[in-house]
Amino acid sequence: MNTESRLEKVLAAGHFAVTAECGPPKGSDVSVLERKAAHLLGRVDAVNVTDNQTAIVRMSSIAACSILKGMGIEPVVQMVTRDRNRIALQSDLFGAYALGLRNVLCLTGDHHSFGNQKAAIGVFDLDSIQLVRTVRDMRDHGTIIDGEAIQGAPRMFIGAAENPFADPIAWRVTRLAKKVAAGADFIQTQCVFNINRFEEFMLQARNAGLTDKVSILAGVTPLKSAGMARYMATKVAGMDIPEELLKRIAGVPKEKQAEEGIKIAVETIQRVREISGVAGIHLMAIEWEEKVPEILEVAGLAQRPQV
Amino acid sequence: MIVAERKSIAEIRNLVDRYTSILVVGCDSCVAECAAGGHRETQLLAAALKLSFQKDRKSPVISEACLDRQCVDDFIEGIAHQVPEHEAILSLGCGAGVQALARVYTTTPIIPALDTLFIGETEMRGVWQENCLGCGQCKLGYFGAVCPVTRCSKKLMNGPCGGSKDGRCEVSPEIRCGWQMIIERLTALGELDRLAEYVPPVDWSRSHSGGPRRVVREDQKP
Ligand code: SF4
Ligand code: SF4
Repeated sequence: MNTESRLEKVLAAGHFAVTAECGPPKGSDVSVLERKAAHLLGRVDAVNVTDNQTAIVRMSSIAACSILKGMGIEPVVQMVTRDRNRIALQSDLFGAYALGLRNVLCLTGDHHSFGNQKAAIGVFDLDSIQLVRTVRDMRDHGTIIDGEAIQGAPRMFIGAAENPFADPIAWRVTRLAKKVAAGADFIQTQCVFNINRFEEFMLQARNAGLTDKVSILAGVTPLKSAGMARYMATKVAGMDIPEELLKRIAGVPKEKQAEEGIKIAVETIQRVREISGVAGIHLMAIEWEEKVPEILEVAGLAQRPQV
Repeated sequence: MIVAERKSIAEIRNLVDRYTSILVVGCDSCVAECAAGGHRETQLLAAALKLSFQKDRKSPVISEACLDRQCVDDFIEGIAHQVPEHEAILSLGCGAGVQALARVYTTTPIIPALDTLFIGETEMRGVWQENCLGCGQCKLGYFGAVCPVTRCSKKLMNGPCGGSKDGRCEVSPEIRCGWQMIIERLTALGELDRLAEYVPPVDWSRSHSGGPRRVVREDQKP
C-alpha cells in the first residue's frame, strides 16, 4: 500500500469500487454541500469534488473536500492546471494533505471559454500528465518540480482522467499509457454512453498491459431528461452519446424520462462490470446526488466493503 | 510576421479627438501583409477619419506617411521632418512600432490605430493563422513542426485533451485541434515515436514569463 487512502485499500483488496461526484456550491453556503454529500455518505467508497468544473467559479475543491472529510466521507480532490501555476498547485497539494486529504485527481480542466469568467487568463503552466508526475515525485521521492527536497511529503493516491471517446481515437490508449507511466494509480473515465467504443478502449488497454498497472473506473452519468441528453451530446466537450440512446430517452413521455435515464445508467453499470479490467465505476449524477443510493441499490452495489 | 487588425473608428476617434493635427503613419512590413496597416490602409484610415470628423463639423489637420519598417530606427527617422508639424501621431504599426515611435519621438503622443494580435502566417489570401507565441525555446522539432504551445488551446505538451473531436478543438469548431495536427503530421512522417516520451514541465523562464526579453549581440553593434 502506497498511501492511507481508503480508495486504494478498496481497490487493492479487489473490490469493485464505487466513487461518486459532488459539485460544490457557487458560493460559501456549506449547507448546500452538506445536503448533497449526505446522499453519498456511506454509499460510496470515495467522493470526488470538482474543481471549478466547466470553468464556473465554485467553492474550492480542497475546502469542500475538507468539509466532506469532517462528515466522514473519503474525498478525492480534483485539481485542474487551468487556473493555477506550479507554485500554487504544489502548495495546494501540501495543504490538501495537511488537511487529511489522501486522493487527488489530476486534470487539465475544461477551457475557461466555457465558463462564467471568459476574460480570465488560462494558466496551463503544467498539463495533467505533468501534474500526475509531480504528485508522484512528491510521494515517492519527497521532491517538488526541479528536485528540491520537502519536509513531509504528501502521500497521495493519484488519479487521472481519460476520455475513451475523444479523438484522435488511436491515441487514447497511448495517452492512458503515458498517464500510467507518469504515476497514475487510478483512472476515472469520461461518462460512458457508447459502450461499444468503451469496450474497444478497454480491449486496447488490456492488450497494452495497462489494466494490471492501473485501476480503471468507468464514468457513469444518469441522464435526467431528453433535453439534458441532447445538450450533453452537442454542447459538452468530449461527450459521445449514441443516437439510439438519445432516441430511447426522447421516446418516453417527459415525466418518465428521468426514470428511463436511471434505467440506462443501471444497464450501463451492469455492462461495464462485465468488461474485464474495469475496477469500478465513477458515478457522476450531476446535480442529482440524491439518486445515487437508488441507482446503486438497483445495480446491486449498495453494500460497500469494510476496509 | 505580426498580425493585427484595425481598431474601430469610434475607438480611434475617442483617442485622437483632443488633437487638432494628426500624422497617420503606416508600416509597410508585417501589417501591410495582413492588410491592416500598410500604404493602402493608411490612406483609407486617413480618409475615414476625415469623413468621421466632418460629420461632427470638425476639421483637424490629417496628414499621412508610411514607413518601410516602423520598428527600426533608421526608417523611423524618415518622418522626422513631419512630426513637429503635428500634435500627435496615429500609428498603424504593430505594438512594437507604436512603442518604437514613442521612444524616438519623446514629446509627441503616439496613438495606436491597430490591435496587435499575434505572430502568424498568411495561410491563404485573407486568412491569417497564429502559430507562434515566442516561447523562447522552440520545440517544433519534437512536434512535427506544429506548435503545441500555440496551436493547442491549453498548451498541452503530452498529447490531446479529452475535448478533441473530429479534428476540432473543444474551444470552438473554428479552431483546429493542434494535437490532431501534430499526430497526423508525425504519423505521415513515420515519427510518431517522438510522442511516446514524457515531456517534463516547460521552462517558461525564456518566455515572457521571465520578464520582457532583450537580445544583445555585441557582434552586431555599430
Ligand atoms: S515552440 Fe515556442 S518558439 Fe517554437 S513555434 Fe511554438 S511558441 Fe514559437
Ligand atoms: S482540443 Fe486539441 S487543441 Fe483544443 S485544447 Fe484539447 S488538445 Fe488542445
